Amino acid sequence: MSEGNGTHVGQRMRRKEDPPLLQGKGNYIDDIALPGMLFAAFVRSPEAHARITSIDASAALARDGVHAVLAGNDVDLEAGLPLAWVPPGVEIKAPEHWPLAKEVAKHVGDPVAVVIGSDKYAVVDAAEDVLIEYDPLPVVVDIEAALEGGPLVHDDLGTNRVHDWSLGGDVESALGAAEVVIERRFVNHRTAGAPIEPRGVIADYRAGDLTVWSSTQIPNFLRIFLAVQLGMTEDRIRVIAPDVGGAFGSKLQIYGEEILLAWCSRKLGRPVKWTETRSENMAATHHGRDQIAYVKMGASRDGRFAGLHVRIIADMGAYAMFLGPLIPSLGAFVMPGCYRWDAVRTDITGVYTNKMGTDAIRGAGRPEATHYIEVMVDQMAAELGIDGVELRRRNFIPKEEFPYDTPVGMTYDSGDYQATLAKLLEHVDPAQERGRTADGKLRGIGFSTWTEICGLAPSRATGPATLGVQAGLWESALVRVQVTGSVTVYTGTSPHGQGLETAFAQIVADRLGVDPQQINVMHGDTSQGPQGLGTYGSRSLAVGGEAIARATEKVVAKAREIVAHKLEAAPEDIELRDGKFSVKGSPGSGMSLAEVAGLAYIPEGNLPEGMEPGLEQTAFYDPDNFTFPFGAHAAVVEVDPETGKVDLVRYVAVDDCGPPINPNLIDGQIHGGIVHAVGQALFEQMAYDEDGQLLTGSFVSYALPSAAELPSFELDRTITPSPVNSLGVKGVGEAGTIAASAAVTNAVIDALRPVGVDFINMPLTPMRVWGALQEKGGVTA
Amino acid sequence: MADAVRVSVIVNGRLQEATVEPRLLLVHLLRDTLGLTGTHVGCDTSNCGACTIHMDGESVKSCTVLAVQADGAEVTTIEGLAQGTELHPLQEGFWAEHGLQCGYCTPGMIMAAADLLERNPDPSEEEIRHGLAGNLCRCTGYHNIVKAVQHAAKAQAAGAEAPAPATAPERVEAGA
Repeated sequence: MSEGNGTHVGQRMRRKEDPPLLQGKGNYIDDIALPGMLFAAFVRSPEAHARITSIDASAALARDGVHAVLAGNDVDLEAGLPLAWVPPGVEIKAPEHWPLAKEVAKHVGDPVAVVIGSDKYAVVDAAEDVLIEYDPLPVVVDIEAALEGGPLVHDDLGTNRVHDWSLGGDVESALGAAEVVIERRFVNHRTAGAPIEPRGVIADYRAGDLTVWSSTQIPNFLRIFLAVQLGMTEDRIRVIAPDVGGAFGSKLQIYGEEILLAWCSRKLGRPVKWTETRSENMAATHHGRDQIAYVKMGASRDGRFAGLHVRIIADMGAYAMFLGPLIPSLGAFVMPGCYRWDAVRTDITGVYTNKMGTDAIRGAGRPEATHYIEVMVDQMAAELGIDGVELRRRNFIPKEEFPYDTPVGMTYDSGDYQATLAKLLEHVDPAQERGRTADGKLRGIGFSTWTEICGLAPSRATGPATLGVQAGLWESALVRVQVTGSVTVYTGTSPHGQGLETAFAQIVADRLGVDPQQINVMHGDTSQGPQGLGTYGSRSLAVGGEAIARATEKVVAKAREIVAHKLEAAPEDIELRDGKFSVKGSPGSGMSLAEVAGLAYIPEGNLPEGMEPGLEQTAFYDPDNFTFPFGAHAAVVEVDPETGKVDLVRYVAVDDCGPPINPNLIDGQIHGGIVHAVGQALFEQMAYDEDGQLLTGSFVSYALPSAAELPSFELDRTITPSPVNSLGVKGVGEAGTIAASAAVTNAVIDALRPVGVDFINMPLTPMRVWGALQEKGGVTA
Repeated sequence: MADAVRVSVIVNGRLQEATVEPRLLLVHLLRDTLGLTGTHVGCDTSNCGACTIHMDGESVKSCTVLAVQADGAEVTTIEGLAQGTELHPLQEGFWAEHGLQCGYCTPGMIMAAADLLERNPDPSEEEIRHGLAGNLCRCTGYHNIVKAVQHAAKAQAAGAEAPAPATAPERVEAGA
């Protein structure tokens, strides 16, 4: 069944990636073994903040098979771990950050020493024998206490305040003129990315050349920083991201373990491997969210939005991670949501605490922003006595006004918010989803009509002089037709579950008139294809896919010239029809791609005068704008008033990410994205106690949702092409996560409002919900 | 390894013998000693189920079994599920219904689902969801995993009604 215009584009094609993965023939990092390989195990701080007073490795070194025990001062690197965001005019106070803590450990899980040995069980034993004495220092965990004179995480910085950053205009005037102003305090708590595959690294340095395998989203960035920190040049470094078992932003990082293993391999002259345990992953793979937000919203009595002011205090944890301080700003870019406002302003303050660093986790700042906007819209609806759905309709940016310049300086590319909401209401009738159930549960429905910013890119808006990201954010592609007509596509993106090998093959297949099975998509190896920038920010299709489309069009253009020369026609008269390049009007004379490739590689006078042989083209694509996907979601919940337990019983989502390349892949991204946010709303929390001890350090205590806690989902879509790229695509990888926490929270508030609870913060655990009900005197089933 | 122990396990129809530390986990015997890396490790608390295999016909989490406990047992891993080039109905179902994304949980999920269908060939959606509650997936939201299991159940039911093949598939002789 085709939902698009192409032969392959728009089809629910089965994934090319799957046959090996289904048969246990994937190639994940821990599946790789090299001859002579050593293993690494880390000794991590059990203290949240402590001076390292002594390290005694003698017992560890005395064990069989242990080659080295290294601490922070044993390692000489050219530079520390990077922060890639330097916003113009804003000072970010960033501490030194090394792969191994040098003097002071700053959070539980901070690496203090590494043991290298010949057996993976033995290095774990030896790590337990490394005796480290700590002198505990005062700990700060609470975000607001850290700002208000709490103990310092970094003495040398003299403050826990990381940075202050603002976006937007004079919101005070807009709020001052508004007839109704409400304010709420949100706690958007800390969560984990929690891919089922933890991280892992293998480094192999031999005779001046370094190869690093890493479970990463950004092999090209990793190569750059390996070069910088090891004092090498990129040409001697190859980084490979093999099959990556999920990431969700948590592998969008330059981790100390990646740099350190490379250093160790160079030092020891042997390949070294480290496989992260789940406990390490929870403690020392970056976390996400963790904001407190004071949100003020003003409107007229008849429900016209006036102003929105969001003051965010964002917990960076103990260090400024790769993009950590930037993440809340991504939310600021879409703080207006789908609505017209007189003014919107976001003020962000970053703060250090003695916890693991935070950075991008699926959605990265936009789930938080959407949560604030969409919960506030419902709060305002209740304040005004206007139905929440109706209030949204009154304030949507009309589709005629796109491209739409928002009050925070973004230009939304395209949108039709009324259409997605109307389609949602074809599937769900709010009146049927409210009230007491037969068994005494409180049923409610919540909405989230949202937009987000995707397709990161474009460099002109994100680079050093503008937003301050110290990189371009273009993407690259190389499309190579082999002599027999098979095709290899090299992409600079680095997919890890998204199914992009399939989607990219569909894009190329339609343009070249070949079967997608004849197209091999290569990624995740810096030694193959042009430099690229990786997979994150829902950019891989809108930026990487467009680069592939453009490279393919260049191949087509050359093919047409070759065919035109051979058939003695004009190139503009050559068209691709039924898999053959032929002269318009005489399809019988056409040539297949394999025949064209034959001429291109065995020229013998077959090519036009001056044309180079070969049939491959490269494209670098840097878009003119971001893309802005959108949608309308509804969650239906039932709350047991006696236990506070929330059951998600229905979830209906209408999304618009432009024309689908492969609807299966879109649906899969939406499903998984929804559950990521449902997890935050109902179950998941990275919790630390007041001493900075991690309370949720494994899957026993960190409640990743299982199949048993979830319903199946009801999905639909509208299709509004983006004018930004030729595919019209907007991106979908984070959409579900950006939408869903607000829908679920609004549904719970909707269910509880009749019994007096009119606002509540996530996570909506039984204890939290039951406690809220008790404050209102309790409710019986 | 002064106290090393000899174990014999029939893995995917082949007899495998190894000398192991008594504390060696079965999953590490499979992955590191026998090179069967299709069985994955995703946690250290037996919660995620990525290491699910079949031991003597029942699904177990192989991170929670010592290799010595598997001595004399018959083990099936994801590598032993397909019949030659013909995918198992669950492998086919996961492919057809887009039941996997990164693929890391998939082998364990399929092995758990195979055990579920063995015990309950026609499970309801709720039974599938509860039957797979010990296997975590972060990518799919489980929606398509449920469909994949339903797909396989249907295929197996149709296969059971079809006449038996003339010759049963050959069993691989033990004794590698």
